[in-house]
This record gives sequence, structure tokens and C-alpha cells, in this order.
Amino acid sequence: MTNKIKIENLNVYFGETHAIKDVSLDVPQNRVTAIIGPSGCGKSTLLRSINRMHDMVASARVTGSIILDNTDIYDRSSNPVLIRRRVGMVFQKPNPFPAMSIYDNVIAGYKLSGRLIRADADEIVESSLKRVALWDEVKDRLKANAMELSGGQQQRLCIARTIAVKPDVILMDEPASALDPLSTLKIEELIEELKDKYTIVIVTHNMQQAARVSDITAFFYLGELIEAGDTRTIFTNPEKKQTEDYITGRFG
Amino acid sequence: MNGMVARSIKNAGMMILMGVATLLVLTPLILIFFHIVKEGAGAINLDFFTQIPNPPGESGGGMANGLVGSAILLFMASLFGIPTGIFGALYLSEYEGNRLANIIRFSADVLSGVPSIITGLVAYTLIVVPMHGFSALAGAVALGLIIIPIVLRTTEEQLKMVPGTLREASLALGVSFWRTTLQVTLRSALKGIVTGILLSIARVAGETAPLLFTTLGNQFWGRKLTEPMAALPLQIFNFAISPYADWHRLAWAGALVLVVIMFGLSLVARLFGRQKPMT
Repeated sequence: MTNKIKIENLNVYFGETHAIKDVSLDVPQNRVTAIIGPSGCGKSTLLRSINRMHDMVASARVTGSIILDNTDIYDRSSNPVLIRRRVGMVFQKPNPFPAMSIYDNVIAGYKLSGRLIRADADEIVESSLKRVALWDEVKDRLKANAMELSGGQQQRLCIARTIAVKPDVILMDEPASALDPLSTLKIEELIEELKDKYTIVIVTHNMQQAARVSDITAFFYLGELIEAGDTRTIFTNPEKKQTEDYITGRFG
Repeated sequence: MNGMVARSIKNAGMMILMGVATLLVLTPLILIFFHIVKEGAGAINLDFFTQIPNPPGESGGGMANGLVGSAILLFMASLFGIPTGIFGALYLSEYEGNRLANIIRFSADVLSGVPSIITGLVAYTLIVVPMHGFSALAGAVALGLIIIPIVLRTTEEQLKMVPGTLREASLALGVSFWRTTLQVTLRSALKGIVTGILLSIARVAGETAPLLFTTLGNQFWGRKLTEPMAALPLQIFNFAISPYADWHRLAWAGALVLVVIMFGLSLVARLFGRQKPMT
């Protein structure tokens, strides 16, 4: 099993705060890796390091490296814009562009960066929406405003938008926490289907979801990686006591 | 039960007070409007919009040169003031906390408090003196200096209101920072920004003091931007303080037209900026 991403000795500081402490983690290709841990332990911070979103935060400082295939994304020659086209992100609260139609939202990644080829647009929209099982629900109203969709549909639209630009990796920051149980189920089924083509890293505070959905689980606590391994092992026979305490609900 | 009655009386008392306050605010506004309409409506005719002023003693004439001059001045002032304000606001919103950003914001606040006659003096020193003459250009610069802080502050407020999640959505798709700023952030705030621009133009349309020693005014059609040009508020001022009854009537007519223009612009701005209710 090849590793799509290798995180090596990653440290993230926000001013004086040491948010991610010397983390090393392998993310295997075409698998779902879940990052779990109590609130505020740095899960989202770690996720956002993988697509260099911290570049936007003035006080953020990152040391260490994150190797995507064979390149360190924090190398000086790396272009964060190109990296983000290879590493997509889905956010906790669905965030379709409110002034755009469903159609335009799906191809937004191309349109906004001036890379849209008109002839390809229809095909991209259809295949992306089909992939997230949204096509049948919206095919007759592609020009309708994206905000007319329900929360679950909006989140699937955001996933469609992310996969439309053909990334290798999809980062998901608690993608179903703002959704109702039925939509959550649909998202989880989608994640299962997507992994044959993409490498997925999902942050979730819902342990049961991590157990359902992931192949690898990494347990975080206060900015440190406590334990990472095969999901079934982590949940049934963890090595560290802290992991076991969290899994069994003794804290968190 | 007693408590209920006491509260009802208190409530009624407050409602009356609020009604009185509303009347106090509306009454002068209505009185001004009524008075201007009464004095000025009689002198509004086609000539007013198509003729330049006649020499004193001759009846008729109009303020066409003032209307056109004001339009030209506002257009030039907008060309100067609006992009400056918007780019300044973009800098402020994207480089929050930066030392230069704080200086820009403070300067804009100070500039917006400067009396408009001082702004006129600045334009006089910067443009009129080196050019050895009054000009529409100087007037436009003076008006532009008033527009800049208004547009800058309202644009900054609007940009701040764009949710960070929208920016993140765009950046996460591999769209560059500046494309995100222009196509997502700015576009999202566009309605509010345009409203702010329209209101700043409405405000500046009636400014007289900054034009006194920049544009100076012109009895005839201004031919060049480097020459003095007529402007509606200036003409109203000059005609109102003149001793000629004909010119007084024209001044009232000009005042009516000016009030209608400003009211119209403000109304358009408010209607345009009205948010559709979220479903």
C-alpha cells in the first residue's frame, strides 16, 4: 500500500501557541484516514496544513514537511494554488457560492481560475453530479440558485464542486456534522464510493462515524498524535491507554 | 391588574413621545421640500434645462450649463474617487492589522471629517495654483477627495461582511488569492458597495464650498476641462445672493432640481441595496 501523503515532523504555531506538536503520519493512497479526538485538539489545524490553508493566516508558522507523492508541499518552489487543485477540501458547513447556479457552482473551480473550456463544461457538471448521486435530483434545474437546495444536497454539491477539478486527495472537515442523519448516511455512503478514485482524509468528532467510514484512524490529543493505525485495531485493541480512554468515553 | 394599567399608560406615553419625535424630524424636511416646490416649480420649464443664464434684466434663461457642468464634475470626481476608495478598502480588508492598513484607515476617518471648504483649498493649492487658473479639473479633484473616504469606509464594511467561508471555498478549489478577492469577495459585496457609491455621489452632488475656488463657475458653456466650469450648487449660490429677481427665481428652480436629484439618487441607492429576503 503506497502512501499518498507523508507528514513528517509537522509543527504549526499561531503566534506563541503551539497548535500541532511534531506530528508524523502516513496517509495511504485510495483509503479513508480518519482523524479523531476531543474538541480543540488540533484536528482541523492538521487538516488545513495539508492544503496550505494556513498561508492565509498572518500569525501562522509551519515547520516540518508534508510530502504529496514525491514533493514537499511546503518546499519554497511549491505553488500553494497548484497544490490546492490537487488537494481539495470540503468544509463543515456547506458553502456553495450563493450568487451562482447549481451548474456554475460545480464548474466554479475552473471558471474562477479562468481555466474553463466551454465545450467540456456540460460533461464535467454531469459526471461530477452523478458521482455524488445528485444528478437525478437536480438535472432539470441546473440553472436554479444553489441556495435552493437542502443542506444535505448543498454539501453533496460542494463535494461535486471539489471533485470536478479532479484532485488526488479530498480533505473533509466534519462534512456531516451540520446535516441530518439521513443526509449523513448519504455522505458516508459517498465517501465509501469515492475512495476507489481519491485519497480521503476526514476529521470527525463522531467516533462511530470514524469507525463506520475509515480504514485508518489517527487519534489526536492536545496537538499531538497519540496513536494511528488500522481502524478496527484502534477501536477494539488500542495500544495507548489514552486512546482507550477516549474510545470508551472516559473523557472527551 | 393595577400593574397592567400602569404599564399601558406608560406604553401609551412612550408611543406619544416617539410620535412627537418623528414629527419633529419629518416636519422641517417636509417644510423645506414644500417651500422649495412652491418657490421653484413656477420657474421650471424646458428653457431651464436647455438654456444658459440670460444677462440680468432679461427674463427667461436657464441653468443648463450648471446641470451639465455638475454632471461632468461628478463623473470626473467619481473616476478619481471611486477606484481609489475601492482599492484602499480591498487593501484594508485583506491586510488587516498591518501598520499601513491602520494608517490608511485613520487617514480616511480624518479626511471624512475635514470641512469641505478645506478640501477645496487643498485642490486650490495642488491644482489651481500650478495651473495658474481655475478649472473643472480642480473642482473634480476637490469633490473626489470627499468621495474617497466615504467609498473606502462603506466598501470596507461591506467586504468585512462577506463570510470567510466563501473565501475559503474559492481558495480550496485552487483559485488564486487575487482572483478570489475580485471574483468572490468583491462580487459578493457588490450590491452594498454600489449603494455606498450612489450615496457618496448624492452627498457630493450638493457640495458648494469645495467648488468656490476650484471650478469657480461659468456663465457660459465650459469648453475645456482646464477652464472654469458651471456647477448647479455654485449657480444657485451666485444667483441667490444676486440682486435680480429673475435670478432668484432661477435659484429656487435650481434648488428644487438639486433636491430632486439628491432624493432620487438616495432612493435608487436604497432600493438597489435592498436585500431579497432569504427563503
